[in-house]
Amino acid sequence: MAKGMFVDTSICTGCKACQVACKEWNSLPGDPAHFRRVPDRPYRVAFNFTGDSYDNTVKLSATDWRHVRFIEQFNESRSEARWLFSSDSCKHCNDAGCLNACPVKAIVRTDMGNVFVQQDVCIGCKYCIPACPYGVISFSEKTGTVHKCTLCNDRIHNGLGTACAKACPTGSISFGEVADLRKKADARLARLKGLGFEKANIYGYNEAGGLNVFYLFMDRPSVYGQPEAPVVPQQRLMSSTAVTVASAVVVAAAAMISFRERGEKKKEEVKL
Amino acid sequence: MIMGSNMAECHPVAFRWPLKAKTDHGAVLMHVDPRFTRTSALCDIHVPIRAGTDILFLGAIINHVITSRRWNTDPFFKEYVVNYTNAATLVNPDFKDTEDLNGIYSGLSSDGKAYANESWSYQRGPKPTPAVTEAKTFTDLLLERVPGRPKTDPTLKNPHTVFQIIRKHYHRYTPEMVEKVCGCPKKKFLKVAETLLNNSGRDKTSNITYAVGWTQHTVGVQIIRTAAMLQALLGNIGRPGGGVLALRGHATIQGSTDIATLYQSLPGYLNMPDARKNTETFKDYILTEAVPLSTSYWGNFPKFAVSYFKAQYGDAATKENDYGYDYHPKITADHSHLPMFVHMSEGQIKGFFVMGQNPGVGGQNARFQRKALAKLDWMVVRDFYETETSAFWKNSPEIRSGELKSADIKTEVFFLPAAAVAEMEGTFTNTQRLIQQHEKSTDPPGDARSDLWFTYHLGKRLRKLYASSTKDHDWAIKNLYWNYEPEPSEVADYRIKDEPSAYKVLKEINGYTWEDKKPLPTFANLKEDGSTVSGAWIYTGVISEEGVNNARRRRGDNWISPNWGFAWPANRHIMYNRASADLAGKPWSKKKKLVYWDPKAGTWVAPSGDGIDFLPTKAPGSRGKDNGIGFDWLSGNDPFIMRPDGKSWLFAPFGIVDGPMPAHYEPYESPVANLVYRQQANPVAKTWFIEGNPYHKVADPRYPIVISTYRVTEHHLSGTMSRWLPWLAELMPELFCEISPELAAEKGIKNADYMTIETARGEIQARALVTRRMQPFTINGKTVHEVGLPWHWGWQARAEGDVVNNLSVLVADPNVTIHEGKVFTCNVRAGKRGGAA
Amino acid sequence: MKVDRRQFIKISAGAVGTAVIAEAEAFGADTGHIQEEAQKVPIKTGRQVPSVCPYCAVGCGQIVTVDDHGKIIDIQGNPDSPISQGTLCPKGAATYQLVNNDLRITKVRYRAPGSDHWEDKSLDWAMDRVAELTRKTRDANFHEFQDMPDGKGGTVKKRVMNTYAIASLGGATMNNEWNYAHQKLFHALGVVYLENQARI
Repeated sequence: MAKGMFVDTSICTGCKACQVACKEWNSLPGDPAHFRRVPDRPYRVAFNFTGDSYDNTVKLSATDWRHVRFIEQFNESRSEARWLFSSDSCKHCNDAGCLNACPVKAIVRTDMGNVFVQQDVCIGCKYCIPACPYGVISFSEKTGTVHKCTLCNDRIHNGLGTACAKACPTGSISFGEVADLRKKADARLARLKGLGFEKANIYGYNEAGGLNVFYLFMDRPSVYGQPEAPVVPQQRLMSSTAVTVASAVVVAAAAMISFRERGEKKKEEVKL
Repeated sequence: MIMGSNMAECHPVAFRWPLKAKTDHGAVLMHVDPRFTRTSALCDIHVPIRAGTDILFLGAIINHVITSRRWNTDPFFKEYVVNYTNAATLVNPDFKDTEDLNGIYSGLSSDGKAYANESWSYQRGPKPTPAVTEAKTFTDLLLERVPGRPKTDPTLKNPHTVFQIIRKHYHRYTPEMVEKVCGCPKKKFLKVAETLLNNSGRDKTSNITYAVGWTQHTVGVQIIRTAAMLQALLGNIGRPGGGVLALRGHATIQGSTDIATLYQSLPGYLNMPDARKNTETFKDYILTEAVPLSTSYWGNFPKFAVSYFKAQYGDAATKENDYGYDYHPKITADHSHLPMFVHMSEGQIKGFFVMGQNPGVGGQNARFQRKALAKLDWMVVRDFYETETSAFWKNSPEIRSGELKSADIKTEVFFLPAAAVAEMEGTFTNTQRLIQQHEKSTDPPGDARSDLWFTYHLGKRLRKLYASSTKDHDWAIKNLYWNYEPEPSEVADYRIKDEPSAYKVLKEINGYTWEDKKPLPTFANLKEDGSTVSGAWIYTGVISEEGVNNARRRRGDNWISPNWGFAWPANRHIMYNRASADLAGKPWSKKKKLVYWDPKAGTWVAPSGDGIDFLPTKAPGSRGKDNGIGFDWLSGNDPFIMRPDGKSWLFAPFGIVDGPMPAHYEPYESPVANLVYRQQANPVAKTWFIEGNPYHKVADPRYPIVISTYRVTEHHLSGTMSRWLPWLAELMPELFCEISPELAAEKGIKNADYMTIETARGEIQARALVTRRMQPFTINGKTVHEVGLPWHWGWQARAEGDVVNNLSVLVADPNVTIHEGKVFTCNVRAGKRGGAA
Repeated sequence: MKVDRRQFIKISAGAVGTAVIAEAEAFGADTGHIQEEAQKVPIKTGRQVPSVCPYCAVGCGQIVTVDDHGKIIDIQGNPDSPISQGTLCPKGAATYQLVNNDLRITKVRYRAPGSDHWEDKSLDWAMDRVAELTRKTRDANFHEFQDMPDGKGGTVKKRVMNTYAIASLGGATMNNEWNYAHQKLFHALGVVYLENQARI
């Protein structure tokens, strides 16, 4: 009974509420890399303007577990005019490259299917970073560990949805049982196809063994910066899905205990 | 249709609902806007028009609708328009239209600065025999003065009918004219017009949603009126899914308009006593304000006014002293925001309270406004953070440039920290008139106090200072009813024990009987004999009985949600909802059922729980009394109960100072000449020809580019509530200017590099965001470029940028003195201000 | 930002606040099950207080969570609200940081005439001083009567009972109750330059 999220980009407005709601719930600071010292000022000031449409946070990081992409598709005459938005995060893959690459089993899958980094177990070896085909997992110099979306591990284990899905003003991000979400996604896709959006597609049914966080895109996945054929390292070695899932339940309990202890460590908090 | 609003960006959660209508019910969403925004991205169509041409676009829809086959053959439209609007009313034959006078209406004064509206008036039948012979009460005074009923021609054929006047007025507003003036392809215009027409009628309603994209113009009120006229002609007012929806900007911008901290208004939309009119005595005030409206629900004006004054002065307000009216201030001019700063710059204003506002960034011609602050003797700022306004004397651009020196600024400045919403109890009124209570969760930190605490304790101190005065001009402060001391239980859990009781204030706003202090459940209970008080009559019912705060109700449903908060007036969510039924009182259709007549019960009913915006027992078809006032005068078929003829006004015989109907005028600063009339801009727009406020001429070659200012999702207004927050600062870190690749290429501006934007008021730098979402317009064969700048930034906080309002100018709508921030002119160049790369 | 929520989570593990339950119910979950689960994975909890978003005029519902020390530890959307159904925009979602912010000013600041810096003052002192200045400025600039145009080219003396020397700006971000009390006090003082953001 895996939990996951369906991200319907066709109704995303690019408002970034998901980015902030994620930081709010998970106590993540503004990304230190986005701020710098300026003369005569006792605090840091943001300087991360990019000029890339309305995207100034650019990528997922140890403090940005969500990131909204902005894709402007306009021809010279503006007869074709489209602005696509897509909120990206960890996909909680069934074939999770990070999980398998972790030499100390710091990365575990819980009983709800989410892939979770145990902060007190992580040794900061960074093996998981290249193992993720999506560039999701990030290292923090402050904590010496890696960080990523937990699928709001605490919330989902208390009967709540993820913070981002809850905040999303248009329902573009929905949380639930993956099987139910797939039904919802199929219906939405059929409707869009019926309306003539031929390029609309679902991303995440087959990629990386199936993604628990999957997407409805209005154009090819690569347009949204997602690999069209993601390669997870272990796919080259063996089919480890069964092993991973079987071990998940065992690991889950340990994960929860560890989570509690995480309260002692506040190293990753950065005072801006 | 979303127009004059960037709903998805500026009201993201409200946009949930139209989007749901689109995905779940197949609604068509249309966005008419100069820019392609995040709203456009989610709509079915985006229709680009040149900024400031909204009236032409909407007027052309009106023309399209009333000349269409569907509108002329479907009986629904005729039944609605003939009976519920003033289309059939006959106007004074002296009236001359803009078509007759090439862009102006009859009545313009010889200096061209103001209209007299006598020629816009209705033709009326003979005055009825008054219902009273000797006036004993204020109500009797109104009964003595009831005018004759307006004359009508239900066939709409008479050339003096409002309908014929409108037909003639808009007949040149064609798709071709739209293409020429708005720069919008004819095909796109027709798609919008047809969609609105085809989705209006018995079974369907269309909605028009706007925001400050319509208000911030020298013709702002008239733009909104054009939309209202269109909706009335389409039968979309007073019905579910219809209406003209204003999306307002602040948490209780609606509440602060209802319970006005605005110069021209007392709470509940009673006009301020005004020395320019005949309001010398209380009787004069009532006659001046209430007589023209007495045949509407405003016939109760004396009750509202007496209850207001009684609420101010309590026991001191008596029938003998006209409830203290003589001690209440009168306005003598326009004292609104812009004139306030003009007079501040002249030294007239010495002391200034700025509460939760940041004019040093948000004010038009902000440099002018900041320099005016330096003329003050003292200033009190209440806010969370060190706003630009509070720090103008320290590190403003004027200080940095040496134009002003801290040592020369004599202004004494007080910064008083404010409590956050979560740290105090009180109510907000949202954009749909819904009053909602927020509870106090904890004490504010340190010296931070609620705003109510500040004003209450300032009042207590002042009352002490004036306690022994016997002077006439101190009567009001001395006799002010000022008792909002908390009950012990209200402050028991908190550190701050002298926090005033928000409940007691709300109870006074609601109203109660003076004698036994019992809350009034409805404004129908208000009296003109001084036995009731009510701070703002429209809010009556929010405290329906002692201890029952209806703003606190939190039970929603899937539709009207009558048990969530309290919608003024009287929990009516859809205003004028008698119009949701036909002449016979039956719902127009099953699908659009809301309020209808139950013949067995002999009342109007609304199963949804919505409040009925009509007299519940007034039967459809029943005639009004010719010599009555209020509901007595109105008929059973007059849904628009706040209008003195009970009709929706397609033509405004009074109340609007710049014409009875909207006409296309160019913005005050425009690169093009008016192609519709010889009159270029609104002749009665408010202007200030003073030092520091230079205007650009029409088609000024130095300033050929149109500029709009606006907001983005990630920040709030002048940034006080967003730029200090790292989570929001990093999302939109710096001021940027949106510019088309065409204009960027012409000017050698590269994406993400700095560019400079210049007007006669000042110049600023911004990062360039070169995007095809901006587009050049072809207007009458000439290319017109537009640039856009969000205005959230300043020199303080975690996200910085130049103050965009350094560019804008003091010029305003003549009705409401809202500035023209959505369109003026500028020039741009590559590089930083001052010439650096 | 200072985050001590995690510590709190640890302390209060197992105690699920009522609004969390309400939220879960709205989400369609079995709340009995949740309380059981809550023993396993701790979640931030505390006293839940219904509120309204302080930003725009849509009026989204919020739930403020306060810990035992009266500290606000979380501000979320209120799923019961028929307006917002638990959702918030990025600004609404950031309300926590509006309240808990190291740059927030919590002490009275005073800038003397001609000075280039702030100094600290007590709240009482500031209130007394502001009241005194208000009285002084008002009394020196109060008009009982003013000559107004009579419409025939001349003037007529009219009673105005006002002062142009004091102005007040702002109100749309404050409570209705404040707006009422403020207009009441300021009208009693004769202030006519009384304005808020409604014209912005």
